[in-house]
Amino acid sequence: MSRLSKILAWLFIAFWALTALAPALITPGDPLAINPAQAFQAPGAGHVFGTDESGRDIYTRVIHGAGDSLFIGLAATAVGMGLAIVLGTLAAMAPRWLDGIILRVLEALYSIPSLLLALLIIAFTGPGVGPAIIAVGLSTAPGYARLVRSQIRTLKNSEMLEAATVLGRGTWLKVRNHLVPNALKPLLALVTLGVGQAVIWAAALSFLGLGTPPPAPEWGAMLSAGRTYLHLAWWMSLFPGLAIVVVAAGATLIGRALGGKARTI
Amino acid sequence: MGTLGWAARKLGGALVVLWLVATAIFIGIRLIPGDPAEAIMGGPGSQASAQALAAARAEFGLDQPAAVQYLMFLGKLARLDFGTSYALKRPVTDVMAEVLPKTIILALLALAAAWALALLFAALAMRANRFGAWLGGMVEIVAAAVPHFWLGAVLIMVFSSALGWLPAVDNGTAAGLVLPVLTLALPLAGFLTQLMRDSLATAMSSQFALAARARGESRLAVFWRHGLRHASLPALNLTGWAFSSLLSGAVVVEVIFARPGLGRSLLSAVLARDIPMVTGLALFSALVYILVMALTDAVQRAIDPAGAAS
Repeated sequence: MSRLSKILAWLFIAFWALTALAPALITPGDPLAINPAQAFQAPGAGHVFGTDESGRDIYTRVIHGAGDSLFIGLAATAVGMGLAIVLGTLAAMAPRWLDGIILRVLEALYSIPSLLLALLIIAFTGPGVGPAIIAVGLSTAPGYARLVRSQIRTLKNSEMLEAATVLGRGTWLKVRNHLVPNALKPLLALVTLGVGQAVIWAAALSFLGLGTPPPAPEWGAMLSAGRTYLHLAWWMSLFPGLAIVVVAAGATLIGRALGGKARTI
Repeated sequence: MGTLGWAARKLGGALVVLWLVATAIFIGIRLIPGDPAEAIMGGPGSQASAQALAAARAEFGLDQPAAVQYLMFLGKLARLDFGTSYALKRPVTDVMAEVLPKTIILALLALAAAWALALLFAALAMRANRFGAWLGGMVEIVAAAVPHFWLGAVLIMVFSSALGWLPAVDNGTAAGLVLPVLTLALPLAGFLTQLMRDSLATAMSSQFALAARARGESRLAVFWRHGLRHASLPALNLTGWAFSSLLSGAVVVEVIFARPGLGRSLLSAVLARDIPMVTGLALFSALVYILVMALTDAVQRAIDPAGAAS
């Protein structure tokens, strides 16, 4: 990564972190304040991104929505990655028969398309933010788990591990101190890409009415509301979606710069 | 490995995967708190009638021990009997026979469109200068980062609301299919272009491409006969994955464009917590994925026998 792109990447991350953690610093307004007299205002001087059907300011809502949208994306990635580390490490270290079973389970999870798997999980849990996080996390886990497994299998035969064995380290110590940390380093790029994708999936669930419920200013929920007024108020749909694209494209660029290849939609 | 052995292994693997999916669903039903009969008929607190609940108890053998229930469940699935959708009051298989072809047609058209676009872009990128290549790279990244549910809305805004060229809903005509297919195809085309560009550049600067040129083949012929073959392999590798992502995208696209299909049926089944319907649709989408994976594998064995053997 060049110096300039490093600075740009950190600025990008800092901007979204600030927006998510302290949206009031960027825009003073209330994202839930309704003002029916101001409904469906096109973007202009008073409201840069326009207003929605209840006269709420879209710009304020997009900025305040960053917190919810990014949190669900990050939390889902954490759930998926956590599960993947456990399953991937277990598969790589276990005897062949257990490895085979875990691989089959991962294949079964993998054979249901991500969003369909997320919907399947929500059919049992019911809708909401928590289920959305678990659903998106679980649907990303099989892909990560396979990568963790293959990383650890490569590392198992490395000289570093031989040295640890010679020094008499136990299996658990080897896994904790050597295998997992070293297996995760090359995955950092993919996880960065994955966060962008998780934000999209989470927004998709809210868009379908299964994640964050309205009137919370979550980007997918805002798009869902905007769909009803697509012909009347294009700005209700344009700007929240643009925020998702900026986050996902930014995550892709950073992930690529870290050496990852895009493999997830 | 012979073709027969290959087919047997694929079939065995597919059955194991389907069995695991079915088992996960069976466990899932038991994990819903409260009366399992109620869980099957719309989740806790559903307003199912006593009669409907009794029917569900009998159908799923809920008064039997868990092991018997499990075997009954698997036995019915093996006979392709998914029960009755309690929300639609119709056999699940009837609903699936109706919606599945629609989604598969949509996904196949989108796959074809994405391949055509990706080949076009990759060929164009070959002739681009540095700025063009950079611009192309950025377009690919943005195309791949665009969520379907937003792209669909933007395409409706531009081509339906503003220009009035195409209908905003899928009304069953060819024109009505254009926007849904494009919505699904564009992000995938972005991914495929990224993959093809790299391998196309490698192939076109390789020894065999040079040799073909030396034999007097035109640039276009070399591109068509050698370059494409090598460029499409890594992308073809991903076809199973691409199809799976198209099925995911189809949920959203069917909702936006009001097109009947597997995705939209699954969404309404999930909203109604119609477990028989959800079970049938989940198993069927897994089956479709497995079939597509086997097909891509077969095509790969035909294009690149050496790679398939290893």
